[in-house]
Amino acid sequence: MLQDYLNDYWPIAILLLLTTLLGIVAIGLGYLFGPRRSNKRKNAPYESGMSPIGPGTRQLPVKFYIVAVLFILFDIEVVFLLPWAVIFKKFVDEGLGNFVLIEMIIFLGILLVGYVYAWKKGAFEWD
Amino acid sequence: MLYSMDDMFNILPTVIVVAWATALILVEAFLPKKYKFITIWLTVLGLVVALVAAINQHGIEAEAFNGMLVVDGFSSFLNILILGSGILAVALAVGYNKRFGFDRGEYYIMMMFSIAGTMLMSSAADLIVIFLALELMSIPLYIMAAFYRGNVNSEEAGMKYFLLGAFAGGFILYGIGFVYGATGATGLSQVVTAINGGVDSPTFLLVGAALILIGLGFKVAAVPFHMWTPDVYEGSPTPATAYMAVGAKVGGFAALIRIFVVAFPTLSTDLVPILWGLVALTLVVGNLVAIAQKNIKRMLAYSSISHAGFILMAFLPYGDAAVFKSSVAAALFYLLAFAITSFGSWGVVIALEKSEGKGLLLEDYAGLGRKYPALGVAMLIFMLSFTGIPPTIGFAGKFLLFKAVMEGGYYGLAILGVLTSLFSAYYYLRLVIIMFMKSGEPNIVSDRWVTLVTASSAVATVVLFMVSTPLFAWAEQAVLKLF
Amino acid sequence: MVPLSYYVALSAILFALGALGVLTRRNTIIIFMSIELMLNSANLLFVAFARSFGDVSGQIFVFFVMAVAAAEVAVGLALIVAVFRNKHTINIDEVSGLKG
Repeated sequence: MLQDYLNDYWPIAILLLLTTLLGIVAIGLGYLFGPRRSNKRKNAPYESGMSPIGPGTRQLPVKFYIVAVLFILFDIEVVFLLPWAVIFKKFVDEGLGNFVLIEMIIFLGILLVGYVYAWKKGAFEWD
Repeated sequence: MLYSMDDMFNILPTVIVVAWATALILVEAFLPKKYKFITIWLTVLGLVVALVAAINQHGIEAEAFNGMLVVDGFSSFLNILILGSGILAVALAVGYNKRFGFDRGEYYIMMMFSIAGTMLMSSAADLIVIFLALELMSIPLYIMAAFYRGNVNSEEAGMKYFLLGAFAGGFILYGIGFVYGATGATGLSQVVTAINGGVDSPTFLLVGAALILIGLGFKVAAVPFHMWTPDVYEGSPTPATAYMAVGAKVGGFAALIRIFVVAFPTLSTDLVPILWGLVALTLVVGNLVAIAQKNIKRMLAYSSISHAGFILMAFLPYGDAAVFKSSVAAALFYLLAFAITSFGSWGVVIALEKSEGKGLLLEDYAGLGRKYPALGVAMLIFMLSFTGIPPTIGFAGKFLLFKAVMEGGYYGLAILGVLTSLFSAYYYLRLVIIMFMKSGEPNIVSDRWVTLVTASSAVATVVLFMVSTPLFAWAEQAVLKLF
Repeated sequence: MVPLSYYVALSAILFALGALGVLTRRNTIIIFMSIELMLNSANLLFVAFARSFGDVSGQIFVFFVMAVAAAEVAVGLALIVAVFRNKHTINIDEVSGLKG
């Protein structure tokens, strides 16, 4: 039974193998036959791009962090909105539409309170 | 599958606390700085209103939200206990937070959310709700522990509490997963039905129950899951410590009792030896390590660990339904006794605490009894109550608990309990001796609300001892519907 | 179909890895990630059981766990950042000032 199930994955395995091989061949050929003339400009992280400022591990301002956390908090609530939206029609058919609507309004109202608080406390101000 | 407004009315106290706290967030956001004290008064008002609703609700037996929540004597007992504790905790915090420069209204809002979580835990009858309530109770506590911004110890305490609390949450969640896997249900009553019908994989069930026990053991600070307790209690702002000592214990034991009494009575033969070891370890380690402490906050932390051990004792007469009823009632009574005594003693600690952690060593209490006799006597009463010496409510709590455990036939454990109580007398009464016999010049910070809490706790510790019979009858009434 | 026991075994391995990570690593961020791994291993367990029972309550639980985990992330990272500002380290051993 498991065997049948795994058989479905053969195409993916072949694809993986082929793409890996292709990568190795392409890089290997370049390594073998390609000319190597390195200079300062070529060794820069972004060739013909903007030159990097400072080391790569520098600290970021904490305001990025606040935005990120707010994003996580409000973003995850969609997880509840989506199933609600999917089954909403069934509830309407059963005559429970108002109830489910009010329930979601309460939920969003609580979220809104958090949003207003974050706003008033200046979490969205960039400077 | 239909909901109605009755559901909302059945859990009215919890609804009041949640709605009030949510509204207070807006109040806090829009109030100008000058009027911040209004938040405190509104918090107290909200808690009082909820308390009135909870008392008013006493005696109602109902299910709400398709059996997700249960309203019974047990939940209303704990609701009244935690709401009362919340009011005391606000009174302890007002002056302290101002003194140390972090008097922000969010502290009280966080406490309200934590209280709501504890209340939900006491009436949750579904493993999903229990997990959510646990997190609602715990997450605000992490914030409260770290509320003293800029203070290294407070922030460290908050971080440690958070890391270990989340770790424990992971255990509980995984345990719930296994219980769900064994029974195919998350509602406690469906879990019982499934277990009685015979489960396919008893191992899953046992592993799940053990993981839940470990996780809740963390929350109530039972040895060997207690490592965080002394550090967190020491580092947190003292009013936050006072609240979490009681709040986390009430919530943790509420869930433990509800889950293990309602859902897992059949696992008693497997669980009793584990519980026995847990209790014995908690009693011995809590009481012995407390002797070595020089800082009063750490001493009280170990003392609270040992009290968790005493309350856990109530779980041992598991298989014996008749005895178990009175032992769970004794556990509820003990929680009440612990809450009152604990708030009083933390009140005394707050009165003596100075900035930068000064005034927290045991020798700082030298001469307290002579200079401030009233405060000294209050502390004496609390220490007697912690030890379990009459005429205090702590004595009644220990007496009832030991009696129930003996009736269950666990003589060894009862003897261990009495012995460790004797050990505990050493460090509790040592503090009394330092207060009354040694000379010193302690200065207390006058704070009328703290004084009020300390005085009323001291009075309650003695007076409630006088009326312990009807109180215990109330506790017995409360657990009646549980079985 | 992959048998249920495979999922249970995988989630047990993930849970054990997470628990080991919490106990052995010293970097608070990594400890925190290990805790998240524990929560997600439980999620896997719920989804696997729910699927095998044909019962949705386990899957709904996963939504709640995700929301709770997000709240924990917010609070936990805030605490770690606060400690970092004060101590300039996130090594749990170097943070330990409370002992006795």
